[in-house]
Amino acid sequence: MNQLALPEEILMKIDKPARYIGHEVNAVLKDPETVDIRFAMCFPDVYEIGMSHLGIQILYDMFNKRNDVWCERVYSPWVDLHQIMKEKNIPLFALESQDPVRSFDFLGITIQYEMCYTNILQILDLSQIPFDAKDRTWEDPIVIGGGPCTYNPEPLAEYFDLFYIGEGETSYAPLLDTYRECRKNGVSREEFLLQAASIPGIYAPMFYEPVYHEDGTISEMRTLADVPGCIKKVIVNDVSNTFYPEKPVVPYIKVTQDRVVLEIQRGCIRGCRFCQAGMVYRPVRERDVEMLKKYAHDMLKNTGHEEISLSSLSSSDYTKLGELVHYLIDEFGDHGINISLPSLRIDAFFLDIMEKVQDIRKSSLTFAPEAGSQRLRNVINKGLTEESILHGASLAFQGGWNKVKLYFMLGLPTETEEDMRGIMELSDQIARLYYELIPKEQRNGKIQITASTSFFIPKPFTPLQWATMFTAEEYMDKARFVNHAMHEQLNQKSIKYNWHEAHLSVLEGVLARGDRRVGKVIKKAYERGCLFDSWSDYFKNDQWLAAFAEEGVSVDFYTRRERTLDEVFPWDFIDVGVTKDFLKREWKHAMNAEVTPNCREACSGCGAKQFGGGVCYENQN
Amino acid sequence: MKIRIKFSKHGAIRYIGHLDVMRYFQKAMRRADIDIKYTEGMSPHQVMSFAQPLSVGSESDGEYLDIEVNHTDSSEISVAKLNKVMADGIRVLEYKQLPDDAKNAMSCITAADYEVDIRQEYKPDFDLRAALTKCMLNSELMITKKTKKGEQEFDIRPYLYDVQIESTEQQCLSMGNQDCCMRLFMRLSAGSENNIKPKYVMEALYRTEGRELPEYAIHITRKELYMNQEDQLIPLGNAGDEIC
Repeated sequence: MNQLALPEEILMKIDKPARYIGHEVNAVLKDPETVDIRFAMCFPDVYEIGMSHLGIQILYDMFNKRNDVWCERVYSPWVDLHQIMKEKNIPLFALESQDPVRSFDFLGITIQYEMCYTNILQILDLSQIPFDAKDRTWEDPIVIGGGPCTYNPEPLAEYFDLFYIGEGETSYAPLLDTYRECRKNGVSREEFLLQAASIPGIYAPMFYEPVYHEDGTISEMRTLADVPGCIKKVIVNDVSNTFYPEKPVVPYIKVTQDRVVLEIQRGCIRGCRFCQAGMVYRPVRERDVEMLKKYAHDMLKNTGHEEISLSSLSSSDYTKLGELVHYLIDEFGDHGINISLPSLRIDAFFLDIMEKVQDIRKSSLTFAPEAGSQRLRNVINKGLTEESILHGASLAFQGGWNKVKLYFMLGLPTETEEDMRGIMELSDQIARLYYELIPKEQRNGKIQITASTSFFIPKPFTPLQWATMFTAEEYMDKARFVNHAMHEQLNQKSIKYNWHEAHLSVLEGVLARGDRRVGKVIKKAYERGCLFDSWSDYFKNDQWLAAFAEEGVSVDFYTRRERTLDEVFPWDFIDVGVTKDFLKREWKHAMNAEVTPNCREACSGCGAKQFGGGVCYENQN
Repeated sequence: MKIRIKFSKHGAIRYIGHLDVMRYFQKAMRRADIDIKYTEGMSPHQVMSFAQPLSVGSESDGEYLDIEVNHTDSSEISVAKLNKVMADGIRVLEYKQLPDDAKNAMSCITAADYEVDIRQEYKPDFDLRAALTKCMLNSELMITKKTKKGEQEFDIRPYLYDVQIESTEQQCLSMGNQDCCMRLFMRLSAGSENNIKPKYVMEALYRTEGRELPEYAIHITRKELYMNQEDQLIPLGNAGDEIC
């Protein structure tokens, strides 16, 4: 058993010491003397969030299957421990060995959302690794980033040695082999990074330099060494014969996703124009249903979890969903195992399944119309019509449901007051439907409708990446308008309205479409005490604004500026498969409120076919 | 069929709290394929109850939980099945069948044994042995209990069945326990009434010498939990029988 990095005096003082002690069931322990490469895999948020992430579990399993690698986990110390570690100069450690992160060969950081950027600097700071990649030596691990935010890595470019663009199952093997060779041959750190830069999907930012126009936009991305000018995303074509964890780590404390997660497919056929995942994870690739059945069985057995959840961007589009769900119900339903099925379309199949797996009285229906009018839903290519929502709701009401959650966005391009009012009109219509359809004596109480709005944030590699954002004040006006519209509805007492923090959305917008100049602001914000920005209790907007002012970086340049169709974006040197021409076509369709069919209805030539697999080749043999 | 399981908890796992240990065992039952009974209803849960929570930071050689099963393998096989799926630091020691009319573990506890180590860096600056002897000869030992109504004086002496010094500094050293300058043994009243924590005893002891017990001075290991049978204290596990 390994000595803990933290003494009892600290562990007994902090909240949830179990976050920092490792030793969970299925955690992998190896003898460090027997491996060549120590890999610290980090999710830069608190343990309960990080442990819920499937991607890390997949990579943890994949790395540890190699005899020459020991992969361990690292999460952000919570604010209480953060302060103690800073005061006492205690270096950040990995959970399994409790060894300092700085002594590792790699520090891999998954970058899942923009609001964790200050936490990334916390990880480097507490690990006592220099912030700037150029200041690092072989005394420091290679810091490599992956995950959705690396599709625009530029705001973080100075803090990472490498970024991995794409799915981890593919290029890590050559990267680790290259590393092992380089260390054996005693080459310089820079030479290793240069060799790594020629591996597919690997971006080494130190060999690239953006050149700016006088107006602050980018003229080109210049290469400073013999490296590819364009980094092409790497993906797994055969998602059925690849790595997947049979024995995920089982945490002691309750984490956000305290269950077996079965990823049934990657990608999405829908093509919603605001959705980055729907574009960058193309093409859709389904996992074989027999593989999923086997993994469901093995993972439940090896973890002892009491719940299994299917994961994908749009589960209803998985072609063998019925077969899989009925298997899970028949096989595990009687063994006290809950089956959770998020992101399902609400139709007859859904209701049939839900009656078998859930207590209807407790559960709620979830619709994500995203916009309040059909016109605006066409702009964003959200295929959900009012008719299908009302049809799904009426089936559900007759089945006993009386709680409905609705999700919308505010601040979408071309949005009018009519669209915003439509959010509450649709909510009211659903309430009316309930009272019309269900006689008083059969009602299970009042209908409860919760309408929530977030503010639309344009993301790289989406058709709406050209869109202009609003100021925080304008966003709040929009939320107030919707709130006011609620009070004009007949069933206003049945509707509850929630909205997001506007300042946070503006900042997320800057980081999402930011460039290298934004990186300095992130460091300044961290130095000013910003940390855990995604936790509203800890978000310090005034410190962020001060950091922008101090670095002379304009928020409006990134959020309010009109972008022309021919502007070179900071992320344009990355090739996600979906072409910029397709995105431009889609932007124009959006402006004309024209719908584009999904991948199974018709191919729109997005460019993802070049990967040679998935939905693009269905029914073609 | 009622089963009583005894387990130990050592090392890093001592920072896992009681609720999480309960969750841990629920998952462990599934991993080990124990045919445990579930309650009826829309959200079934396992029929499982724990004898007594252990404070975070303490270790133990004598923790107990009761479960109900539909069918079971022998004690030997069941212990092996459970130990195959245990985390580093938790070992299952016993798996015994209880009589059908047995009271659950929680309600029959009357006493507990503890080892209390005083850490080397908190070595007392007074003669602890003399203080202890004096305390045990007295007919009362007062502590201040914090209750909802404020502070209350409480005499714990009747509930100290045995308190003695088990190992001196030299004996600790010779056992390879360098971190410890003295080990005490305590048998104390336990259970839902008059549950006396070893820490109370140490605090009272220090107070008789006008000292405060420093916060991290002691390390506690629970050794055993007892129930009363015909006026005898017997370990909780003795209420059950080995399944062959």
